[in-house]
Parts: sequence; structure tokens; C-alpha cells
Amino acid sequence: MLPPLNLRLSLLAMACALPLAAQAETPLSAEREAELETLLYQDCGSCHGMTLRGGLGPELPRSRMNAYSQDGLAALILHGVEGTAMPGWEGLLTEQEALWLADHLQNDNPLDE
Amino acid sequence: MSDLFMPKMPPALRKPFAAVSLLALLAGCQATPTTELRGTGDLGVVVERATGSLAIVDTSERRILDRVEGLGDLSHASVKFSRDARHAFIFGRDGGLSRVDLLTGEITHRVIQSGNSIGGAVSQDGALVAVANYEPGGVKLFDSETLEEVADIPATWIDAKGETQRSKVVGLVDAPGNRFVYSLFEAGEIHLIDMHGDTPEVTRFTAIGKEPYDALIGPSGRYYIAGLFGEDGLAMLDLWHPEQGVTRILPDYGRGEERLPVYKMPHLEGWTLAGGEAWLPAVGRHEVLVADSNDWSLKGRVPVHGQPIFVMRRPDERQIWVNFAHPNNDVVQVIDTESREVIATLTPGEAVLHMEFTPKGEQAWVSARDSDRVVVYDTRTLKEITRLDSESPSGIFFTDRAHRIGL
Repeated sequence: MLPPLNLRLSLLAMACALPLAAQAETPLSAEREAELETLLYQDCGSCHGMTLRGGLGPELPRSRMNAYSQDGLAALILHGVEGTAMPGWEGLLTEQEALWLADHLQNDNPLDE
Repeated sequence: MSDLFMPKMPPALRKPFAAVSLLALLAGCQATPTTELRGTGDLGVVVERATGSLAIVDTSERRILDRVEGLGDLSHASVKFSRDARHAFIFGRDGGLSRVDLLTGEITHRVIQSGNSIGGAVSQDGALVAVANYEPGGVKLFDSETLEEVADIPATWIDAKGETQRSKVVGLVDAPGNRFVYSLFEAGEIHLIDMHGDTPEVTRFTAIGKEPYDALIGPSGRYYIAGLFGEDGLAMLDLWHPEQGVTRILPDYGRGEERLPVYKMPHLEGWTLAGGEAWLPAVGRHEVLVADSNDWSLKGRVPVHGQPIFVMRRPDERQIWVNFAHPNNDVVQVIDTESREVIATLTPGEAVLHMEFTPKGEQAWVSARDSDRVVVYDTRTLKEITRLDSESPSGIFFTDRAHRIGL
């Protein structure tokens, strides 16, 4: 399932604007990765469900997450989605951390649908 | 375990009873064989969301009595109690509705009634349990004894293109007159179901405001108030005068100010009416709002530690306890209602999700999800009394809610 066209375009724009130096940085510590995992299932989970099956926010199955590029998904996490309840998390997460979450949602997603 | 009533029994009866108890004990832990004769007024439950379990707690002894497992996905689960306060109804995220016997720790009934649900309510007469569903959006009603479905009421509305859509249902509460009231997130509507007769009668209030995210009903059951996410302000329905429609209150509490990103939706369930004032969480601001509950004008804004989630009054109305959204969610602040000042900042642990007062308010139980504990405070000294081990605790619910409108 693809996101609506206007969203895809704005994501594309954001993705282009995002400087992607992340891969070159030192890798995240195991401790920070564990914190991000807790954040994903518990705090993102307050809207998207702890099993990612959705709540006030939409469900986040692997197929839906892979409709985005990894950079695009990271940008969505950092900047939020205009006109919806999805906030931008850039005040709390670095680009590298948002990319880690995007990677997790695309490749280690327990909701394999 | 039978100490309480043993002395009253004639000596001849004691022995066989003791023998039965011993046998039961030897038989292992299959469903508690002899239910201890006791009341439920000082019991409660703690939702353990990661493990899908429920801890049954005793607030007099301040300990966990029993643990109930097999309740499905309990992220964001909420609980209501039967009219006799013996059974708990658990509304799971996965659409599961379970009925648990607090005395035996058994799940007496369980149904998967939708794909995704958010909460529920028990009718004034105790006969019905209503569930608010996100997917498919609507409300379902069940017999509270058997969990047999009584009615299915889809939350339909007409969108801007003239097409019929279903909306997620939020803020479902019971109201006097065997009614239920709830809000439709996408639709921006409030619906009222009257279950006084045999069939549900639905009244719709449209264009009540953008994206109602949760709602509350005052302790008398007269005012139903929905918080709006899509705009500042709240939508109010006076249930004494539904013919007057929905009115907007505090419409401009944040005018001219930029909102902070909202990392977690506030809750309104801990409706706080104290001394003629309503205490409410501001959306996207580090503030608690104080409104005059007669004319609903804004009387004050109390600066707090973060974006408030629950704003709950101690039963005597002298204190308001507040917890906060991520990332400021490791403290609880206590506000004095008279001076409107923060008088204490408590640190129960990481990720404080919920608070519950004992019926007369001498204790407050606080869940700290990421510290895997429930901390019990003395609300007079604001000192910790004890802490209980609990895995990822979230909602805490005590049985006195059984007798309170909207809870």
C-alpha cells in the first residue's frame, strides 16, 4: 500500500533535503539501540500499538514501511506528517537514530504483512 | 487463609474444612479452590502491558494477591468494573474483551469483538458493557454477565466528498439514564446512545470540533467534555439539555502561541473537578489549565514539568497529581488546588504512565513502566510507602470506580 501521492512527494522533498552523513558516523551503542527499541514499541506504540497493529495512528506493517525509502521513512519520523497527529521527533532523535528506527521498521518488523 | 471465619465455626466442622483445604493445596494451583470470604472494596488491578497480564492488588495490605494471564495485547488497555465490584472487564488493544473474577483470578468470559479497541464503559444499571472500537470504528454492546453481543452500532459519518465513512471511537463513557456517550475522532462528532428501552436510540451531534481525542464526564454525569487535538479548546455537551447541542469551551487557550510537538495524546479520564474548578491538560503545552466550572471561562494556567497526560484530583480535592508525556515522563508533580502551585515533584521511576488514588485518597499508586514497578505514596506526607514489582505496569484501576459515573 503506497502513501498518498502528495505525501510521497513531500517525503521525497524531505529526503532530498536530509543530509545523509549518518552511515559514516560511529555506530549507535547497544544501550542506545535498546532504548530506541523501547521507544519504538512503547512510545510510538501509544499511537501505533505495541504490536504495531495501529491505534489512533495507522498500523505499521513491514509492507507499508517498505513502500518508503529508508531515508524517506527517517525523514518522516524526524519531521512528522503535516495535517495529522504524527509529530516530528527531531527534538529527541538524531538523524542516525531515525535511520536506525527506519531500518528496524523495514527489516526487523515483527508485523510481517 | 481461612483464619478470618474459622473461629465462628463450630469445632466439629473445623477438621473436615481444614482437610479439604489441605487437599486443595496438595492438588496444586489450578483455579483457587476455596475462595476466601472477603469484600472487593479494597481491591484493584494493575495492567501489565508487555506480558498481557493483570495483577490483582489489595490496597489495604498493599500487595499483589494474584496474577491473571492470557488477556492478549494489553497495550493501552483499560478496565471497568461490574456493578457488584467483583468482576473486572478488560478492554485490550487487539479487540479482546475479557471478564475476570477478582476473587478467584479466573477469566470467566472472553471474546475477540473487533480488530482494535480502545476502552469501554458499564451501563448505569450494570447490565451492559459497551466497547469503543477503532477498527472497525463503532461501539458494541454486550451482556455484562455472559458477554453475548446485544448491539453493534457502527460509527458512520459523511465525509467532505459525501461518502459514508467509519470513524474511530474515543472517549466512551456511561451517563445517567442508561446512556452512553462517545466521540468520533475523524468525524468530529459526539454520539449519544440511549439504552433505556429495548433498542438503542442514537443521537448525533455534528461539527463539534476537529479531532476529538478523548473525553470525560463530570462526577454528576451532567457534562460530557471532549478534548480536541485538531484545534485548541474542548467541546461540551450538557446532558441535562442535549437539545441545546454542543458548545465550545476554552476555545482560545493557546491563541498566538506555537504548539510543541505532541509525543503522546493527553487523557481526560481522570476528570478533575475541584472546588468549582475544572483542571485539564493543555495539548502541546507545559501547562495545566484551570477553568471555572460554572461559566467555563479560563481562570488560570499552571506551568508544569512537561506536557500533561493525566491530571487527577485527590478525592478530597486538595491536590492535583499530574504525569507527563515522553520525554519528561519520569516525574509526577503535585499541585495544591488552593494556591495553584506545584508543591512537590516526585520521582517514582522511568516512564510514569498512570496514577490511581485509593477511595478516600490516603494513598496514590503510580506505575513506572520502564522501572518495572508500582510505587505507593502517602498523599499527606508525599513519601513513598512501598513499591511492588510489576513488569511494564500501565493502567491502575481500583474497584471504587464501579460506583462512579463515567469511570
